[in-house]
Amino acid sequence: MSLINVTIIDREGVEHKIEAPTDINMNVMELCKANDLPVEGTCGGMAMCASCHCYIESSHDIFSRSDAEEDMLDQAFFVEQNSRLGCQIKLADDLEGLTLRLAPESN
Amino acid sequence: MKPIETDIIIVGAGPCGLFTVFEAGLLKLKCHLIDYLPQAGGQLTEIYPKKPIYDIPGFPEILAGELVENLMKQIAPFKPGFTLGERCETISKTEDGKFKVVTNRGTEHIAPVVAIAGGLGCFEPRKPPIANLSDFEDKGVEYIIKDPEFYRNKKVVVAGGGDSALDWSIFLTNVASEVSLIHRRTEFRGAPDSVEKVMELASNKKINLITNSEVIGLSGNGHLKVVEIKHQTDGIISKEADHFVPLFGLSPKLGPIADWGLNIDKNSIEVNTFDYSTNIEGIYAIGDINTYPGKLKLILCGFHEATLMCQSAFKRIYPDKNFVLKYTTVNGIQGF
Repeated sequence: MSLINVTIIDREGVEHKIEAPTDINMNVMELCKANDLPVEGTCGGMAMCASCHCYIESSHDIFSRSDAEEDMLDQAFFVEQNSRLGCQIKLADDLEGLTLRLAPESN
Repeated sequence: MKPIETDIIIVGAGPCGLFTVFEAGLLKLKCHLIDYLPQAGGQLTEIYPKKPIYDIPGFPEILAGELVENLMKQIAPFKPGFTLGERCETISKTEDGKFKVVTNRGTEHIAPVVAIAGGLGCFEPRKPPIANLSDFEDKGVEYIIKDPEFYRNKKVVVAGGGDSALDWSIFLTNVASEVSLIHRRTEFRGAPDSVEKVMELASNKKINLITNSEVIGLSGNGHLKVVEIKHQTDGIISKEADHFVPLFGLSPKLGPIADWGLNIDKNSIEVNTFDYSTNIEGIYAIGDINTYPGKLKLILCGFHEATLMCQSAFKRIYPDKNFVLKYTTVNGIQGF
């Protein structure tokens, strides 16, 4: 199994260091759920709910968003320049050292 | 109005609720479905009707909307009843031990068994995180436009970038004295025709289009007076407004079910996997709304849960009847 190191900062500011597999077609939303982090993944990864909204805090340049993701971020809140939907970030080897912060929950 | 009486009240008309009608029907149990949305199908119809689904056994690929159509066909022989566009509010026990479920419009339903197939909950408008937003609800802040005449000669600020924000902004130019549209970025999604029309109205000064911005504050004395808008580079803009209409789509909320006395863990109802019963005898929870060790929120798992749940419901309704599992391959489908 191929693994990368990912750091996820939860809404209380606690850092979670996680080894993430890159060879099973997993995304960041699924990684959070698998590690019992408070991410709902309500829509099941279709970029339709923004419950996996997060901020990229490492220098990885992963800001090319699909139209669907941009559209969903239009309906989300607390959106920043480094906002992404976790479900749209596929875990891959070039994301070694990825650090992200969970966005606040919104109503 | 007389209460609706049935064998199983199904709360939620998504795929899992719909399939329950079929499995109940095979056991000669009648069902009535209640859903807050105006049509059956749950999130499949409301959110992603055109999305293909790949994990329905026997269908290598099927559009969500088609799956709902098929389910409606499949359950038609069992003549389910529907109460649509109404939200289940309260549940109580009748004198003869049945359940009475009453909706927000006062429609009463009575049955010995209740199956909660509420999916993610009720779809309600997404509310922007503005500290005193709730203070102005119905005092200048509306999440749904019911009657455009309400806005005649008023100053209206609409926020959002989707179809409803675009379409209502266009429409309101006919009645409101001033229409402002606030959006997070410069591009709009939504139908190209609507985007074009908004741009045209903006260049004719009929719509005050403020992009790269969001509404961050509201003020007024008993009724909304001023909307504060934060522009990404220009700072804060204060805008006089009689109404603020944030249109950011819908998101699901568990709603009144949360107060029904059921054991709830993280917005999901805890069930026994033997028959998907809850802590209240006679109330079951199936599909995305339930939780148990190993739970997967998949449509196909919901179908399985519905099937086992109906067996248990039958035994509860007819404790003395010897129950025989019906194979549809032997007898076909006998409707009501």
